[in-house]
Parts: sequence; structure tokens; C-alpha cells
Amino acid sequence: MNFPILSLITFIPLLGALIVFFIPKDKEDWIRWVSTIISFIPLILSFIVYAAVRADPGQMWFMEEYSWIPTISVYYRMGVDGISAVMLLLTALLSTLSYFYSIYTIKNRVKEYYFLFFLLQMGMSGVFVSLDLIFFYVFWEIGLVPMYLLIGVWGGERRIYAAIKFFLYTLAGSVAMLLAIIGVYLNTGTFNILEAAAAQPFAGNFVLAAAAFWAFFIAFAIKVPSFPFHTWLPDAHTEAPTCGSVILAGVLLKLGAYGLIRIVLPFFPQVFSYYAYTVPIIPILAVISIVYGALVCMAQWDLKRLIAYSSVSHMGYVTLGICAAAASLAISGHGEGLMTSAAIGLNGATLQMFTHGIITGGLFFLVGIIYERAHTRDLKAFGGLGAKVPYYYGIMMVTGFASLGLPGLAGFWSEFFVFRGTFAIIPVFACIGVAGVVFTAAYILWKIVQYVFLGEFDQAKWDEATHHAKLTDMELFEKVTMWPLVIVMVLVGFYPTVVVALLNGATTALLGKL
Amino acid sequence: MQTLILLLPQLILFLAAVVVFGLDLVGRDEKKWLPYVALGGAIVALVVAVYLIVAVELPAEPMLGGTIALDSFAFFFQIVATLVAALVIISSLGYMRERTPYRAEFYGLLLLACLAITLVAAAADLIMVYVAFELLSITSYILTGYLREDRKSSEAAIKYFLYGAMASAAMLYGMSLLYGATASTDLSAIADALLGAGASLRWLVFPSIVLLMVGFGFKIAAVPFHQWSPDAYEGAPTPVTAFLSVGPKAAGFALLVRVFLIALPDFRADWVALLSAISMMTMSLGNLVALSQRNIKRMLAYSSIAHAGYILIGLVSWDLWHSESAFNGINGVLIYLLAYLFTNLGAFAVVIAFEQATGSNQIEDYAGLMQRSPALAGTMLIFLFSLTGIPGTGGFIGKLFVFGAAIQVQFYALAVVAIVNSVIAAFYYLNVLRYMFFQPALEGASALKLSPTLTVTLAVTCGLTLVIGLYAQPFLRLAQFSVGLLGI
Repeated sequence: MNFPILSLITFIPLLGALIVFFIPKDKEDWIRWVSTIISFIPLILSFIVYAAVRADPGQMWFMEEYSWIPTISVYYRMGVDGISAVMLLLTALLSTLSYFYSIYTIKNRVKEYYFLFFLLQMGMSGVFVSLDLIFFYVFWEIGLVPMYLLIGVWGGERRIYAAIKFFLYTLAGSVAMLLAIIGVYLNTGTFNILEAAAAQPFAGNFVLAAAAFWAFFIAFAIKVPSFPFHTWLPDAHTEAPTCGSVILAGVLLKLGAYGLIRIVLPFFPQVFSYYAYTVPIIPILAVISIVYGALVCMAQWDLKRLIAYSSVSHMGYVTLGICAAAASLAISGHGEGLMTSAAIGLNGATLQMFTHGIITGGLFFLVGIIYERAHTRDLKAFGGLGAKVPYYYGIMMVTGFASLGLPGLAGFWSEFFVFRGTFAIIPVFACIGVAGVVFTAAYILWKIVQYVFLGEFDQAKWDEATHHAKLTDMELFEKVTMWPLVIVMVLVGFYPTVVVALLNGATTALLGKL
Repeated sequence: MQTLILLLPQLILFLAAVVVFGLDLVGRDEKKWLPYVALGGAIVALVVAVYLIVAVELPAEPMLGGTIALDSFAFFFQIVATLVAALVIISSLGYMRERTPYRAEFYGLLLLACLAITLVAAAADLIMVYVAFELLSITSYILTGYLREDRKSSEAAIKYFLYGAMASAAMLYGMSLLYGATASTDLSAIADALLGAGASLRWLVFPSIVLLMVGFGFKIAAVPFHQWSPDAYEGAPTPVTAFLSVGPKAAGFALLVRVFLIALPDFRADWVALLSAISMMTMSLGNLVALSQRNIKRMLAYSSIAHAGYILIGLVSWDLWHSESAFNGINGVLIYLLAYLFTNLGAFAVVIAFEQATGSNQIEDYAGLMQRSPALAGTMLIFLFSLTGIPGTGGFIGKLFVFGAAIQVQFYALAVVAIVNSVIAAFYYLNVLRYMFFQPALEGASALKLSPTLTVTLAVTCGLTLVIGLYAQPFLRLAQFSVGLLGI
């Protein structure tokens, strides 16, 4: 038997939760540090997985399979390919940074906080490694519970509203998915994601296939979130505690996109291509998300809400890239060039999942950092901070530019790939989508850089808006939190192959099977 | 002899009840150990029932003149009934001690009610069905009104009794119609008599199905026969509420399965149409009305109405062609009932503990429970998520199997109504969590003490809720085994 590395990555957080459970409540520093140290184990293991998968990212690695509910052939079944390995690394990295950052910023109910955060990490990692539909669904929903509590207990003013909205939206999507999962099982006789994909559920019955397709699609589109299912996101992201927002934007949204790639596209290629090309509902939703999300950002005065909406826009690129890959199947005459473009589009989508996680995770940390000082996120209260907090200014500039897709930073490549792939297959939507890039540049430069950092610092205005808060530059722990993210942004910006090699192998293999 | 051995669990329950009643009359001193006699009786009956399932080959044919079928299906409900009895007795020890000096009969009656559940589930003859049904009803009325000094308890009992008497009468009328049509009270003889005679007797059998459904619907609290339940649940002593929400409901479903599947298989189209409509109404009304409840007992009452609706999906989705599949509906009914039993009894154990400590049943008083008692809040979280149907808990497995059954027989509309309802239901369960976890405790609220007996109940129910959710296989096998020997 192989070394169960994926089980360890998934369940060491559960062990962490148990350890936290047995540390007395008042030993808060113990809880904080022990948690942070434990979280390095899945991080290191994820690196090992990442390094191993590089050898052949197109196939499934580290497969584990145990019978779980034999009566209905549900298996405990895990495995990773290039896409999952990258997502696993992203999850572990952002989680470890969150545990570390929380050491200094979470002051009340520390024990519960770390307990829940560990459960959350288990749920997220589990989704990325599951190869069984029920197993996948279990992790998918388990992650919901701790996030609901994290928003509700440690969130901002409207936290209760945001928490329940988050929970109900996701639940509504996932119960529909449950019906579709059962349908797929009854049709194909297996819950195995790879086998079910090979069996093509409901092939030949377009109506049922479309029904199952939409049930899955809506569940994932709510999580992505794609317009018009996005309205939970601004509330949840704005009200969540800093690390909650980081994980929400950095990992949870990717669960939806991952589901589209791992389940919807391989299960229902015909239906997907129909709705991506013949009746292009999904690309329309994607470009609406991109453009509308970016436009709404320009109208925001709350910095955190602005970044929340920017996620709607940026995740639109992911959906668009996946659409391009799906649409390529509807075009007759599968030329080499078309296949390449489809792979490029899908590479762009998956790379965007990774880079958006790193960049937006970073942006939410940065918002948290300024909020800790000013206790406001109102853009009108700021101005001229560039001269007062130069280090913060510098980091924010790098992260912001990465977000708007400046060449040399991570965000550029993913957007480039998405548009390169889309333009060859569904050019109309590529052209509309590109407008989103312009608006992104506008809100980053105008709203964030100009309103926060440029101009003269007005002490009187600052004092009035923040009740005489002290404005200091980044502390060491804040710098330590941001460094790894900035390094990844620059590294991927200059040498995208570190990630793309894995993604490309996996996406090519995935498209080859369709 | 064989018969006697198979009847052992029921005899033990009966004997324990008689011993409790009898010893209470001896001497004037208060016997604190009497409840433990009752508890012991329930546990021994449970152990014997489990042993018999494992060790003895159960007969498929009814015995004792064709009145009682001690098949695997009946034994499944013996396990359910004895578990309910044991858990309810443990939860009521402290509660009843504070409220009334006359307690021995309470435990005796509980045992008799659970005996009635086992008889209902085993009844193979309409006369036996009616007798067992009435035994269950009458003991339930008395238990509901047990706190004589408490006006609400008495009111609840009267309401329950009036509705129950009507329902029994209607059911009896339905039975007499069925007898008129077939000249038999034996369930399988009825099926034989109706075989092939379908269309010509339909004018007689369909009304009888409707009338039977009045009685069964009353027991499982299905809309529109549910009106008694919120008042009875609110007024009854809380341990009795816990019992009512699980015990009679399980008995009602056992009856539905046995009577409709064994006696009326040829009229499946008729009762499926009727039950589908009832199922949709029950889910929707239960959940929508639960949204506005501020008393936790009433909220759980409406929630249990809604759950009856979900379980009905399983029964409706039964058909012969899929009986070999794991997603046959009756499997779903049984596994759902088992998961629901532990979850709901656990939730009521939390309510009992909270009521004992604070005297309140208002949901807003649960504010800050996480600070006041992490154990209560934590277990309640698991119970409420199980009721919602979140994976990792028993409630999810139950929902998986009833929804799966509906999809298998292509009752898509039913499945869609059910999932819409699951989302609506999440809202009011989360509302309780919101108070417990997100709201600060009221001023002056202190930490809550948890009695050792309630701790046991919570540990057992919470543990089993999670075990069913995480390792469902043994429970599924039990359910499949119970369906397998039903002889349909």
C-alpha cells in the first residue's frame, strides 16, 4: 500500500482540530502557535505532492481507495492530477498564512476560531482530492458549516445576515447537485468521478442530461460565483473576518470552478458545448460577471466590498476560459489548432484560479491590515497614505498591479491565456470580456491607488474619520504574511511554467478524453 | 416455544411495566429506583431483540392465528421502540422529579406505549392493528396530560384525545369498508381477495384507503391531520414531547408500510397519488409554519411534521421493479426513521436540559448558549445540522436514500419539492444556531449545569447521529434485512 499522503493532507487539519479541542480555553497562545505549527504539515506534504505530480500531471497520483458504503458502492476515493495538486498547494499555503496572521489579530474565542478553521481546511482539501461523488459532496458541505460560524461569530456589523445568506445560497445549490449526483449514479451505476465521466451519464437523452447539467452548473456557479448567483458574495466577503475573506476568495470560490472542470465538463461535454456555443448562455453570464463586476467595483466606497466585487469580475475569466474549452467541442472539424486553443483557454482558467487565490488573498490581507489601524474601510477617509506608510504602499502596488494583469506579475498570464483561448473559439465574448480588463485597471488605479495613497495626507480628515487612530506602517508579522504571496506573484509572473506545466498536463489529458 | 422466544422482547416490556406499576403500590416510601427498573426492562428488551435478529431465523409467516408477524420488519421497530423507551426514560428522570411526586406510573405507561409500538409494527390483521393502535393512542394521551396541575399539559391531552378519537373512528370505518369488500381482516388475505378484482371494487376500496389514511396520518402528524401536534407538543411534558415526535411517528410509518404494501399492493396507483399529495403538503406546510415559531418545542413540532413529509417520499417511491435496489423507498423510510430518532431525541434532550436549567422554551433565550454551556450548544449544532441534512450526520443519509428512491422511480417533482423544502428548513434551524452562537448571552446569565443522566442521553444520541452519518453500512444492512423479509 502506498503512503496515504492525500489522507494525511486532508485529515491532519481534523487532528489539529482535536488537539485544539483538548487544549484548555485560557491557554490562548498555546492554541495559536500549536495550530500554526500543525498547519505546516499539510503545507509541506502539499509541496511533496506538487513536486511528485510534475512528473506526469495528466494522470491521477497517490490514488487511495477503500470501500465506505458498499451497499451503494460509495468509496473513500482520493487522487490528484496537476489541477488538484496546484489547488491543494494554494489551500495549504493560504491556510497556513491565515493561522499565522490570526495569531496577532484574533482576540476573542480563540479556541473555537482555530477549531473551526481546521475543519474548514479539511473540507476544502477534501474537495480537491475526492474522486467519488458522495465523498466530494460530503467535503463540499462540511466546509460550509465552519465558514458559516466564522462569518457569524467573528465578522463585521452585518455578519449575521451575511452568514445566513452565504449558507442558504450554497445549500440551495448543493441540494440540487445532490439530486443530480443520485441521478448520475442511477444512470451509470457508479459514484466514481472518473468512471462516470467515461460512461457519459444520460448520453442520448438530452433533456435529462441538460437537467443534471444545470443542477451541477448552478451549484458550482453559486460558489464561483457567476452572475446572477453572485449576490451572497459581497456580503459574505465584506462581513467575514480578514482570514475568512482570504479563504473565501482564495479557496472557496475555486471549489466551484474546480467542480466545473472536474465534474461538469467531463460528464456533460455535449450539453456544455451546446450552452457554450450553440445557445451561448454560459459565456454570456461569464462576460456579464466580468464587465458588471468591474463596473460595480468602480462605484464602491468600501475598500473591502470593492475587492469582493473584483472577485466576481475575476472569476468571470475562469468561467469564460472553461466555456471556451467546452465550446470548442461544438465546432466541427477538430483541428489541431482548435484543440490547442481549447487547452490554452482551460489553462488560463485554471491558472486564473491559482493566481486569483494568491492575489485576492493578498488584497484581503492588505485590507485587513489597514482596517486594524483605521477601523474604517471608507475610501473617502483615506488619501495621501503613500508617504506615511511606504512599505504598505509598495506591497499594495505590487498586489494591485498583479490583479489588473500587469505583465511580469502573475495575473497577466492567466488573463492572457484565457483571452488567447477564447478569441480563437468564441471571439465575440473575448472582445466583450477584454473590456473588463480596462475597467479593472480603472478601479485599481483610480479607486485604490489614487484614493488611498496619492495626494496630500490630510491629518484632520484622517483624525475625524478614524477617531484619531495611529497610522503606522506594516508590522513584522504582517510583512511575513505578505512576503510569500508577493514572491509567488513575481515568480509566476516571470516563470509561469512552475504552475502551468502541471495545469497544462492535466487540462490536455482532460480534454483528450472528451 | 419458538413463538414464546420470539415474543420475548414484548413480554419483557410488558413484565417491566407490570413490575413498575405493582411495586409502586407496595409500601408508602418513595422508590427512587423504580425508573431504573423501567430503564432496565427497556434495555434488556433491546438486547434480546438484537440477539434474536442475529441468532434466530425469523419466520416470514404471521403467527398466533395470523394476528402477529414477527418478521425482520417487526424486529426493526422493536429496536426503534426500545431505544426510544430507554432514551426517553433517561431524559425524564430529573425532569419529572422536579414536577410531580407521582412518577412510577409515568415510566410504566412509557413502557406500555413502546410495547404498543412493537405490536403496531407486527400487526398482520386489521383487528390487531386497531387494538395496538388504540393502546398506543391511549397511553400517549395519558402521558401528554401527565402533569395534572399544569393547565397547558391538560389542554394538550384533551386536544390530542379529541383529534385521536376522531381519527380512530375514521380509520375503523375504513377498515370496515375493507372488510366489506373482501370479507377478511387478514392483511395478506385482503390482498388475495382484491387480486384481479381491482376495477370492480375500486368504489369501495378507494374511500377505505382515504379513511385509513386519516388514522395513519394522525399518527405520523401528516397534513391535514397534523393540527393536534403543535399544541400537544408544546403542552406535554418535554420528555413526552420527545417521545411523541419519534415513537408514534415510527409506529404510523410501520402501519403505512404494512397495510398499504401487503394488503393493498394492487391499489398502489391510488395510494401513491394520495400520499404524494399529502407528502408535498406536509413538507411545505410544516417548514413554512416552522419559520415563524418562537417556542422551540413548537418549532420542533412543525419540523417533525415536515420530516414526516420527507419520509413519506420513501413509501411513495416504493415499487416492485426496484425492490432489489438499495434505493428502494422502504429502505429509505427505515434508515431515515433511525437517523431521525437519534437526532430528534437528542435535540429534545438539549431542550429538556435547557428547560430544567432556565425554565424557558423560548428560542431567544438560547442566546449565548455557546458561552453558557459549550456541550449543549455543540451537540445541538450537530442535531440541527442533522435535521437540515448536512453530510457527516445521520440526517444526510436518510435524505440521500429517500431522495434517491424518488429519482429512481422518476418522481422528479417530489424530489424537487423536497429539496426546496430542505433549504427553507435550513433557515429556521440556523435561526436557533444564530441565537446560540452569534448572540451574546443576556445579562446575568450564568453557566448551565448538565445532569449526568442527560449527559448520557446526549452522548448516545449525538454519537449515533454521527456514526450513522459517517459509517452508515451496518445501519443500511439492518434496514435492508428488515425490508427483505417483509414478504412483499
